[in-house]
Amino acid sequence: MSTAWAASPSDLLMRAATKAAGRRRSVTRRRLTLIVGLVLLGLAILAVLLAPVLVSQNPTTIDPLHPLAPPLTPDHLLGTDQYGRDILARILYGGRIDLAIAFGATAVTLVFGTLYGLVSGYVGGRADSVMMRVVDVVFAFPFLVLIIAIVAMLGPSIFNMFIAIWITSWVAYARIMRAQAVVAKKQQYVLAARALGYSRPRVMFRHILPNTASAVIIFSMVDAVGNIILAASLGFLGLGAQPPSPEWGTMIADGQNYILTSWWLVAMPGLAVLYIGISFALIGDGLADLLRAGQP
Amino acid sequence: MNRFGTLPRRLFHTVIALFGITLVTFFLLRLIPGDPALAILGSSYTHQRAVAIDNFLGLNRPIWTQYGLYMGRLFHGNMGFSFFYDEPATTVILQHVAPTVFLIVYAGVLAALISFPIGFISGLRRGGAVDQTGRIFFTLSFAMPPFWLGIIFILLFSVHIHAFPISGFGAGFIGHLYYLFLPALTIALGFSTVLVRSLRTATISALQAEFVDTARMKGIPWRQVLWRHVFRIAILAVVAVYGVNLAYLVGGTVLVENVFSLPGLGTLLVSSVNDRDYPVVQGITLLFAVIIVCINLLTDMAQAALDPRVGQEIGQ
Repeated sequence: MSTAWAASPSDLLMRAATKAAGRRRSVTRRRLTLIVGLVLLGLAILAVLLAPVLVSQNPTTIDPLHPLAPPLTPDHLLGTDQYGRDILARILYGGRIDLAIAFGATAVTLVFGTLYGLVSGYVGGRADSVMMRVVDVVFAFPFLVLIIAIVAMLGPSIFNMFIAIWITSWVAYARIMRAQAVVAKKQQYVLAARALGYSRPRVMFRHILPNTASAVIIFSMVDAVGNIILAASLGFLGLGAQPPSPEWGTMIADGQNYILTSWWLVAMPGLAVLYIGISFALIGDGLADLLRAGQP
Repeated sequence: MNRFGTLPRRLFHTVIALFGITLVTFFLLRLIPGDPALAILGSSYTHQRAVAIDNFLGLNRPIWTQYGLYMGRLFHGNMGFSFFYDEPATTVILQHVAPTVFLIVYAGVLAALISFPIGFISGLRRGGAVDQTGRIFFTLSFAMPPFWLGIIFILLFSVHIHAFPISGFGAGFIGHLYYLFLPALTIALGFSTVLVRSLRTATISALQAEFVDTARMKGIPWRQVLWRHVFRIAILAVVAVYGVNLAYLVGGTVLVENVFSLPGLGTLLVSSVNDRDYPVVQGITLLFAVIIVCINLLTDMAQAALDPRVGQEIGQ
């Protein structure tokens, strides 16, 4: 794209044509993005599930003879921590916790928030007003602060972390879905369905939801990245998984004191978070372009 | 139509939100399993103090009376008593406000400096070098836990090349700028992802708008079209993103303060959780929410003032 554009109509047509061609090319590339993301995530899930087969070490067994072994030591591919525990084993077993949060927390908030937003947007009127003010209130709190406060009151544990995320994170889905439902309500296909005398639930779930779900599904991938980072953050602050449980954030917090001499204690679990984050981000990007490309 | 036409409604919503916030923070303390008085006092438990707390929270009265008491105290700036610091919670909290506010503003400005040029150029030259590199770089920084990035920064810039201090707040304005550079950069990089993306999208859609074609057909120089029409509209979109993502900035601050041991609200929040200093946790939560609601209102008003089209849409 040059800075000196000619302004003739034929040039404008050319511009539109190249734009369309560019979009087509990028759809193929995005499909690749989606596949790469799914493969990366699938590998991670497999590795975490097959942890007992892949590594012989126990993630919590202390080996006082081999503390702080650097990566590529025989028997310890990623080295050991200050207690001589194998870092690869801890990352694989810890991944069970982090991935469970990415899926468990995200799935629940996705379903609840979507239903809430759908009902609020479609029913409209006073019910919508009241329902959205509730969303406003939860939205007013910085997520991390509210989650920390809830965990603080309930007591730090993995389950309470789930509860805190469930209480706070559905609101984003509710907002996105409501906006979609408000628009869809006025569109021809919905009007047609209503004119046919279909019931409210039928119009909402059989007509509006399938046509508008792409927005929340794309967002859920971004949200999953957020939830993984959140789980690691709470673990890091000592408010999530409790030691000696091998959660990634807890591992990073443990390794912080050894940062000057043994960087791998902090670097390895951080890279694990990054790996999962990137695979979800790729899936989200790929989905976004695929689903949007399907729309006019 | 008056561009502030929906303002009264926005104000009304803000008041309702503030009311809801006090409800949430009020019920926070009731989430504690067991006896709140026992939990609040912890090791400083004595029978007299327990009775004093029961009276203070009104635990033996109906729940709506308790809420009334809570609201009455809030209007006097009383957020309860911190038995850990042996001071009113309000005093403890106010002592920690300055570094946090400084860090949030600093990170916000850094994020703007990083993302405005990159986002705008990415939108102008879609698929160009800046766009591609930026996309990869910001996908990485988005998927990175901010606290981890902070530790890596300390390792690289403080330990290996001694360019920046490991922790501390510094003295004076310049001192703050220097000491808080790495923490602010850590937060800003995460935040930039969102800004770059929205600025890129806004630029692209502004470029496709008909008023840009009109301006060009009128023979206005391209550079001027970019500045006066495209960039102005794109920036407006980003103002909204700033307001919505303020919560992200605050969350990043809480984490990064703990990594760099800064004497701010985030560090206080986490240490209060560990000390079971519930009134302070409750107070910080309330303070953050109130600030965010007020800033969001200001962002909306700023947008309405800058962009006549917004006044009619806000509050829908």
